[in-house]
Amino acid sequence: MRGLIAIYRKEMGHYFVSPIAYMVSGAFLLITAIHFNRALAVLMERALQAGMQGMQYGRIPEMDVPGMVLRASFDFVGTLLFFMAPMLTMGMYPDERKRGTMELLMTSPLRELDIVLGKFCATLSFLAVMLLPTALYQVAMFLASEPRPPWRLLLTGYLGVLLLGGVLIALGSFLSSLTENQIIAAVLTFIAILILVLLNFLASGSSSGLGEVLQYCSIMRHFDDFTRGVIDTSSLVFYLSLIGLFLLLTQRSVDALRWRRA
Amino acid sequence: MIEVQNLSKAFGAVHAVDDVSFTVGKGEILGFLGPNGAGKTTTMRVLTGYLPATSGTARIAGYDVHESSLEVRRRIGYLPENPPLYPDMSVAGYLDFVARIKGVPAATRAGRVDAALEMANITDKRRELIKRLSKGYKQRVGLAQALVHNPDVIILDEPTIGLDPKQIIEVRHLIKSLAGSHTIILSTHILPEVSMTCDRVVIINKGRVAAVDTPANLTAQLKGAERVRVEGRAVSRDTGGGVLDAEIIALLQNVRGVRSVEMLPMDARRHFVATIECQPEYEDIRGALAAKVVGAGHELLELRSLRLSLEDIFLQLTTEDSAAAAEGKKR
Repeated sequence: MRGLIAIYRKEMGHYFVSPIAYMVSGAFLLITAIHFNRALAVLMERALQAGMQGMQYGRIPEMDVPGMVLRASFDFVGTLLFFMAPMLTMGMYPDERKRGTMELLMTSPLRELDIVLGKFCATLSFLAVMLLPTALYQVAMFLASEPRPPWRLLLTGYLGVLLLGGVLIALGSFLSSLTENQIIAAVLTFIAILILVLLNFLASGSSSGLGEVLQYCSIMRHFDDFTRGVIDTSSLVFYLSLIGLFLLLTQRSVDALRWRRA
Repeated sequence: MIEVQNLSKAFGAVHAVDDVSFTVGKGEILGFLGPNGAGKTTTMRVLTGYLPATSGTARIAGYDVHESSLEVRRRIGYLPENPPLYPDMSVAGYLDFVARIKGVPAATRAGRVDAALEMANITDKRRELIKRLSKGYKQRVGLAQALVHNPDVIILDEPTIGLDPKQIIEVRHLIKSLAGSHTIILSTHILPEVSMTCDRVVIINKGRVAAVDTPANLTAQLKGAERVRVEGRAVSRDTGGGVLDAEIIALLQNVRGVRSVEMLPMDARRHFVATIECQPEYEDIRGALAAKVVGAGHELLELRSLRLSLEDIFLQLTTEDSAAAAEGKKR
């Protein structure tokens, strides 16, 4: 446990001095801010038009603008994660191997799992820190809304983002443990994520048995539950088992470094 | 403290380490000597638990390096060939991190970091970022890293590369001062380093142990016939033609205990340099040589015993080996 915490602290320290991390989080904040702004403006206008039309018929339709903005924001963040995860994970293991510090870690009284979990938790925490400012806009919108939507929506949405991010980071950490080259790690992770998205796309058009299985395995479908304010146990289990699987694979691959090294 | 038995490590068909056995007693400094690619680093990596051995066993403090790897790793400090540094960390921050992963308890951690900084003589650089340090300082941070948890066993892979001569002397002093309370293995291809710091030497070549002994014994054992170098100036007599080379050779040859004399032709200023091989039963013939040269009226400029240094022994062992191997192949 002590080893895990030491690795975690080191990784967090590393993120906060790394230019890549600042660039990724800066770009992320800029893009999400613009998106939020547009989504809010467009949906408010639409609600206004609907209201005006409703007045002609003497009935004002109900439109949940904050809920719709929130869902649009989470979907957008989910999509951004596909691009950010490879950037966040590409250095996890290649850096250590290139600098020779893997030799330090692996000759210290640490279990491979301490290294793998410490790094995973640090990257996920960095993602959480990056997401934090985006919550500000949502909270501001919630406070300004009348009637105020339930806070639960916000919490489950962020939980969903963290779980999806966790899966992608665990996947990226496994793929980055396979190579000594950052770029290869990033490309591998990006390709893997593309395949996942493609599967989701194929599954949504198919109604056969295979399509249903694919649909169940789609990381996007489970994400939708969370953005609607629902914590479905099966989705929770699905994400957590994927994270566990990829971290286990990472641990095996780090352990195998000892045998591969020439 | 360290027992290595029939250790072998193969990478595919290449035997990096082949049937190596040696032991190191508590508090001893063992030098690991060999040309590049001899298997020094691989042996050290097996000892530190970084690489698993193909066959054979290695035990540190009674723990098998593979079976009880964590117990072993708790007890060793290891400086790999390239110091494993995080360039974005400060020196003190890095040592604190290493102390944490080595399991130094929180209460003593700050004290251990200070002690390691002190030992490696880098206290004044503690706030500096590692990436701003020169190569010599980086090497010393690497050394501090190996000492920070006060391990029983210290394994140093070429600890003095990249240091300037003054720093090399400091590091050698440091290593010597650590002996006794720590057991140390250090690898090097710098021969004087071994004779200066180590109690015992393992000479390794092509993955095999070529010799294990103390530096003094190795020197004595392989000394063979002693040779003496004589340098002087022949003083011309009235013959006009000067002194002939043959006269000098005959003069030296006459000294008791001389087996053979080799001499380069004298230059115009009648400067001569001769290498004399002695008969082994004569202890030291330098006095007799000096008396003879001066007695004949010549000037004696230098008289030096050509002892076999560890360097010669090393070359002898490592080249004999390859010569024997080449011979074996022919047959």
